[in-house]
Amino acid sequence: MNEKLRNIFASVLDIPLEEVTDELAYGQHDKWDSMSHMMLIADIESNFDIMIDTDDIIDMSSFAKAQEIVAKYESE
Amino acid sequence: MHLSDEELLELPVYDLCQNEKWELLTPLLDELHHFHKVHCEKYSATQQLGGTPLAVRAFKNQLLSSIDADKIHRILKSSGTTGTQSQIVLDSDTARLQSKVLSKIMQHWLGPKRLPLLILDSRKALDVHSGMSARAAGIQGMSFFGRDYHFALDENMDLDLAVIMSFADKYAGKPVFMYGFTFIIWQRIVQQLRQLGKQVAFSDAFLLHGGGWKKISEQAVDKKTFKQELSACFGNVTVHDYYGMVEQTGTIYVECEHGMLHAPVWSDINVVDPVTLRPLPAHTVGVVQLQSVIARSYPGHNLLTEDLAIIHGIDDCVCGRKGKYFTIQGRVAQAEVRGCSDTFK
Repeated sequence: MNEKLRNIFASVLDIPLEEVTDELAYGQHDKWDSMSHMMLIADIESNFDIMIDTDDIIDMSSFAKAQEIVAKYESE
Repeated sequence: MHLSDEELLELPVYDLCQNEKWELLTPLLDELHHFHKVHCEKYSATQQLGGTPLAVRAFKNQLLSSIDADKIHRILKSSGTTGTQSQIVLDSDTARLQSKVLSKIMQHWLGPKRLPLLILDSRKALDVHSGMSARAAGIQGMSFFGRDYHFALDENMDLDLAVIMSFADKYAGKPVFMYGFTFIIWQRIVQQLRQLGKQVAFSDAFLLHGGGWKKISEQAVDKKTFKQELSACFGNVTVHDYYGMVEQTGTIYVECEHGMLHAPVWSDINVVDPVTLRPLPAHTVGVVQLQSVIARSYPGHNLLTEDLAIIHGIDDCVCGRKGKYFTIQGRVAQAEVRGCSDTFK
């Protein structure tokens, strides 16, 4: 799951895979702004076939957090 | 009694009576006043009298911040109708709190699930890289409450009928969410659909629109006409206006089924005399003062706006929601507002 998620981040944010670390954070990295956040959510939802709640969209503020959130939906 | 942020977010959006609400908000607003006085010198300079609302245009002349520069997460900008941009400094906690509050308010109206979202604008509105335009910020903010985004207008702001039709087909018989700016909806969506003689029959649509009535009322379009035309275009759609500003992101005032804007539990409105700044009685037109307990990283907890409104009542709107309800009555002529940014000259 984490590799798949890492690939989504790299492709949506248009950054090299190495830059997608746990510390990658919303608003800190130039490419991860509010617009790309919308696109990330859309890609994650279609690739994992899940629907993320609004509160989790707001909480998805780092790549580490994104892994946690996606794992939660996958186990449901 | 002092509420934590978690407790604050658990409050029911429109169920507290005005008295109960004020008991909770007063200590928080006092605390914010003192916090900003200590941490924002420019705010402190305006507060010789204590508790004076800050004029919204104060955010246009300068950066008002109550946090260290390295804590700045994002600076929100508004285009405004008068030229100069307001700049609002957010740290990550404030940004998160404001998003969560907006989320609570929207969930009240839309339900807990994210609905398919038809954005009544062009994707181009989002392509602005020089800070966030008000339009982009609005669309992006509302996108949290939708899914499977479709844009109803193409790059040239012309109707993308194919997209609209495929959206309507895909979600036939299901609840959908539509969002856009009042004037763009009127000018680009309603007019063009009417010219083409096209209708899209949604069976359960919630349409939220904002951005004010100034431009649209110049065309002598009133709320009733606006709603009627939208029903003619989109079938079974409930149309809700909202009022809010970048200086107090999160706490928006959504219009109920009876045409009244409602204050959520985290903020409040007073309608005041422009000269004395004293609250006016209900049913009187005055200047809007807004107080919010979620303006943390910048001194925006007590603002004097440049909008006019009438408060129609407290706790007794026909829709059943508690607290104050009001309608906006236009904007103040520039010279009329006294406010306290005058000391910044």
